[in-house]
Parts: sequence; structure tokens; C-alpha cells
Amino acid sequence: MAAGLPLSIGHAIAGALAALILGTLAAVAWVAGGLSGLTEWDLRAVWFTLWQAALSATLSAALAVPVARALARRRFRGRGLLVTLLGAPFILPVIVAVLGLIAIFGRNGALNGALEAVGLPAIGIYGWQGVILAHVFFNLPLSVRLILQGWQAIPAERFRLAASLDFAPRDIARHLERPMLRGVLPGVWLAVFLVCLTSFTVALALGGGPRATTVELAIYQAFRFDFDLGRAAALGLVQIAICVGAALLAARIAIPAGFGAGLDAVGGPPAPGGWRRLADAAVIAAAAAFLLAPLISVTLAGLPRLTTLPPEVWQATRRSVLMAVTSALLASGAALALALTIARGGARWVEGAGMLPLIASPLVLGTGLFILLRGTVTPQQMALPVTALINAAMALPFALRALIPAARTLQDDYGRLAASLDLRGWARLRLLVLPRLARPLGFGAGLAAALAMGDLGVITLFAGDNPTLPLMLYQLMNGYRMADAAACALLLMAISLALFWAFDRGGRHGA
Amino acid sequence: MALEFRDILLRQDDFTLTADLTVPAGRHAVIGASGSGKSTLLALVAGFLAPTQGRLLWEGQDITAMPPGKRPVSILFQHNNLFPHLSVKQNIGMGLRPDLRLNRAQQARVAQVLDQVGLSCLGARRPDALSGGQQSRVALARVLLRARPLLLLDEPFAALGPALKAEMLALLAQIAADTTVLMVTHDPADARAFAPDTLLVEGGRVHPPRPTGPLLDDPPPGLRAYLG
Repeated sequence: MAAGLPLSIGHAIAGALAALILGTLAAVAWVAGGLSGLTEWDLRAVWFTLWQAALSATLSAALAVPVARALARRRFRGRGLLVTLLGAPFILPVIVAVLGLIAIFGRNGALNGALEAVGLPAIGIYGWQGVILAHVFFNLPLSVRLILQGWQAIPAERFRLAASLDFAPRDIARHLERPMLRGVLPGVWLAVFLVCLTSFTVALALGGGPRATTVELAIYQAFRFDFDLGRAAALGLVQIAICVGAALLAARIAIPAGFGAGLDAVGGPPAPGGWRRLADAAVIAAAAAFLLAPLISVTLAGLPRLTTLPPEVWQATRRSVLMAVTSALLASGAALALALTIARGGARWVEGAGMLPLIASPLVLGTGLFILLRGTVTPQQMALPVTALINAAMALPFALRALIPAARTLQDDYGRLAASLDLRGWARLRLLVLPRLARPLGFGAGLAAALAMGDLGVITLFAGDNPTLPLMLYQLMNGYRMADAAACALLLMAISLALFWAFDRGGRHGA
Repeated sequence: MALEFRDILLRQDDFTLTADLTVPAGRHAVIGASGSGKSTLLALVAGFLAPTQGRLLWEGQDITAMPPGKRPVSILFQHNNLFPHLSVKQNIGMGLRPDLRLNRAQQARVAQVLDQVGLSCLGARRPDALSGGQQSRVALARVLLRARPLLLLDEPFAALGPALKAEMLALLAQIAADTTVLMVTHDPADARAFAPDTLLVEGGRVHPPRPTGPLLDDPPPGLRAYLG
């Protein structure tokens, strides 16, 4: 078949991406010159990274089971909205959630107020427990969605059969639900574990110190405070090893996809009455409160100050939106070209290149790019382009996961028809590809925009006096200007969700 | 107006199609058991699959390496003959200019063929708002507009009921009066009604055309087993 324009572009992008990721990793390895520069402090960071990820994954998966079961077997007003909201933490800026969690669980937060009122000692949010709490906040909803899909994948006929055989809830659990959970939970656990391995923002804001520093945070500290590029690079090597190990683990266990599939299937498991009804209501209420209270608290605290924010916040907002939109266009354009090439049966390495960002962490890529670019541009000049580029690369695997199946379907269903009508090049893109792929494309762009908008990772390595909105928020928090911080957080949250909504919606309308 | 298969061999995984024959102008049925290679034969002529060896000629000109859209060929598939996100008019207009930048005269031609297939008031609709029979008419209207001398039919009417199918074959006979047609079918009655000659495909081998009636009256053993 004739090789059209997108084919060659797809190969070029795959090559550029592989060069970007592997080139930066090579630069890191070269500067590191081995692992001998690592101290005992750094080994503690490795240990903390591993055990906090394991504990976060275990807690998220375990707590998600009762919530998912309650949502699977109960129907109530607002259920659909709640299930949709469970997808929100994925596009919620991490630093906003951290501020909300501080408002609830912090020293002066609502929870400690209540504990004090009944004479109990206060709990602290700073340290390893805060890191775990924030990770559960982000990953419990994702886990609930994945497990809920598992519940809904049990055919309704099985439940009818169970009812006709007069199964008690215990029998249903034993014969239907536990086998499903055995299949689903390893993938859920691993998905959360992988996310938490590269945790940076949460550790930056709530962790730190010898007992709560992740490898990513250690890279930042070596880079930014110790000016020790060699040690930052050595830590980068460690992080790469952790990511590669996790990727090898992930290749053996299927990780379910977290979004897309309809979650409002009719039928579902039977809804037992009695104490189970009350327990389900309590579980759903507790989960909703845990998820919503921090966000509501940020909203309420931020609203009054929104109009009186200082002008630098609005400058940071402009900068961030511009960077987020750039990142979204980069990610979706690259994902489209790669997906089309892959759907046409392009070489295996193209798909591999698209998934390469999964083995690189943002801080490692940032360090590598700094090594490669130093001397030619200043860190200040690098800050925004590098942040846009790295965020686009990190969003690429997610965008591809949505696009590749759609591009394959397009090729299978209409590839031959288009070829027989001599529909090629730009006309094919305009009249066939864009209309048919608008939905996953819009979703991918929205995801990339929201991730870039809320990113407080690689930008911390470079930025000084031209901060993005999340960095501004972090600076306000560090300056204890909590009212301005709350307003800033509200703004950031609103823009991130609006960007996702606008791109995703645009895609749905285009389809 | 002949289509020549010169010593063609097409290998796909563990399946092999061989063809060495000449198809003269006219209407031909293509008959054979499932998996015998009928669709592969059409994909070869349409240009979706390239032969491992041999040459394909149309009117003496070698078209073996010609891209699908440039061939003197129109093809109708079993499914997905229309783009669901484009209107009926746009789907038909693609037969004139794939980029749909149609001038006034071309737009008038689209309206004309739409009228010819009896759908003049449905031009603005999307395919999913049409019945199966109407969708087939739209696809036929595009074939009419493209006016390629060779038409390949890969069971496009298989999902229609008997009455509708007969109607489509009649419309087709009208549209394809001067066109050479290769029509894959599972229904001997269709072959008898539509095609004076038939190509038998057996186990990956394409036989030269034979008169349809005698072939079906006295089928060779393989075909007999298939027809039942």
C-alpha cells in the first residue's frame, strides 16, 4: 500500500522520542559515572521509595474493595456523578490536593480540631504518614474505578443464577466476587505501586528529611540545594533502575485501563438489606467525604480571595496555560502520528518508542536535559520549553493507550475503502482520520493539558523568577500566605479541570 | 477490455493463491467455498495485496504495482462502504474528488446520480439514518459516478433480504451496463441471474471463466459438496 504522509512523520517522531528519552538517560549515566557517589542518606531514599509505594498500593487497593462493592450493588441519586468524580484525581493538580489535605488533616485542620475537642492528641500530616495519606487520596478513587469495572464485568446471568440457587451474600462472595478480585487486584496494586514510585510533588510538600524522602525528591535536593550534578545523576540511575524493574514487573501482570469503559451498566450484583445496607451507605459516605472534603475546603477558603490575587499570579496563570496548551498539542499530535503508523502495521519499535516515557521519570529527564543543554541556554530559558516537552512525553503513553485501538479500528474498517477511493494525505487526515479519531484525540489532549497545567515536578529544577501557577502556589504555601495559596489553588484546579473538559468536549463534538 | 492474470502467485502466511487466466469483458460471478480465496482474489485486483510473483494486466497495461486509488477499479465490500461521519452527498462526491473540493458542475453531477438511484431528497443525511437498501443505493451511486471500467463486488448485498437484493442487482445491471464485473457470491441463483460466466475458486486456485449455467448444472466434486 502507498506510504502516506503520516507514515513518515510517525517514524520520525518515534525516532525523535527514542533519541530524547534514551539520549537523556545516556547523559545521566555518563555524568553519574557509577553509583559510588551515593551516601547512606541516598540508600534510605531508595528504601523509602519502595516501601511507601508498596504500603500506598496495599492501602489503596484494600480500602477500594468495600467502596467498589458498595457502588456496584447500590443505586442512588448522584451515583453517576460520584463515579465520574472518582476519575477526577487523575487530572487534579497534586499540589492543590496537598493543600486541601493540609486543610483537613493538618495541624490547624478540621480533624485535629475535632480530636482536640474530645481531648485526644493531635496528629501530624508532615512526614511519611502524610505522604501515604496523599497517595491514598489520589489512588483510592482510581482503584475503586478499576475494581468496580471488575464487578461489572461479572455477567448478570451469574448473579441471576446465584439468586435462583438461593445464594447468601457469603456464597456470592465466595463463588463470584473473590475469584474476580483475585484476577483484578494484582493489576490494581501494581498500577498504584508504579505511580507512587515516581512520586515527587507529594514528597516535596509533605515529606522530606531522612525518613520521608523519595529518590525523585533526593534528585531535586542534590540538584538544587547541593549543586551536586554527579550525585543527582547517580540518583537518576537508581530511579531508572527502579522504573525499568517496575516495567518488567508490569509486563508480567496485566494492568487494567482506568478510563473509558461505561460504568453505568444495568443489573449488577444483588443488593442485600439489613446491616449490609447501612454499612454500604457508611462506606460510600466516608469515601465521598474523604475525596470531597479537601477540595471543598480549598474552594471555600479560596473563593473570597480570588479577585484580590496579586498580578504575579495572573502572569503565572498565563504562562501555565500557554505551556499546558503547547504540551497538549505536542502530545496529541505525536500520539496521532504514532498511532496511525502503528495501526498500519508499522515496526514494533515504533510502539516501543511510544511507551518509552514509562521507564523515565520527569526529574531524571529534567536532569538529563539540563546536562545536555547546559552551556547553550540558561536554566531560566530552559524552564518552560523543557517542562512542556517532558509533560508531553509523560502524557504520551496515556494518549496512545486511548488512540491505538481507535486507529486500528479505523484502519480495519475504512483503510481499504479510503485507499480504493484514492483518499490520501491531508484530505485523508481532514475527511477521515480527524473526524473518526476526534474523541480519543480530545481525551488525550485534555489529559496532557491537565497534567502539564498541574505539574510541579521538573519546573522546580529550573524556574526562578518566572514561575508557573503550581510553583507560585508552592511558594505562597512556603511563605505561609495560606489565604492567597487557597485562592491560587482554586484557580489552578478550575483551569486544569476546564482544560481537560474543553479538549475532551471538543473531541466529542468533533466526532 | 480484458483483465489478465499472468502466472500470479500470492502467498499469505500458509495460504497460497494462484491465477493464470484471462477474464474477458462482461459480468462474472466468483464462486467457491469459504476460505478458497475469493476475497483474496478481489483484494489482489483492487491492489490491497501485492502478488509474490506474476503480473496483472488491464487492457494490456501492467497494473501490478499501481496503488489502489489509481486503478481502473471500483470495489464494494460486504460492510463499511460508506463513511459514517460524512453525509450521503459527501460520500458520493468522494467518487469525483477525494478531497471533496467540488465545483458547481461536479455538485450537479452528484445531485444527478443521487436522483438516478432514487434518493434525491436524502443527500444531507448521514448513512446511519438510512435503511440497508438505501445505503446500498448510495454506494452504487458512487460507483456510477466514478465510472471505472472494472467493478469488484465482495458480497455487498449479502445482508439484504431476497427482494431488496434482486432490486439491487437490477439497479446494478443498469448502472454497470458497459462495465466488467467480478461478483463474489454464495448464492447460485444470483450467479445465474446476473452473470453469464463464472470463475470457480478452489483451494487457492482460480479457474478460467466458464458459462454459469452448465457449471452449476454439473458442478465438479468440490463445488458440488459446497453447494449441497
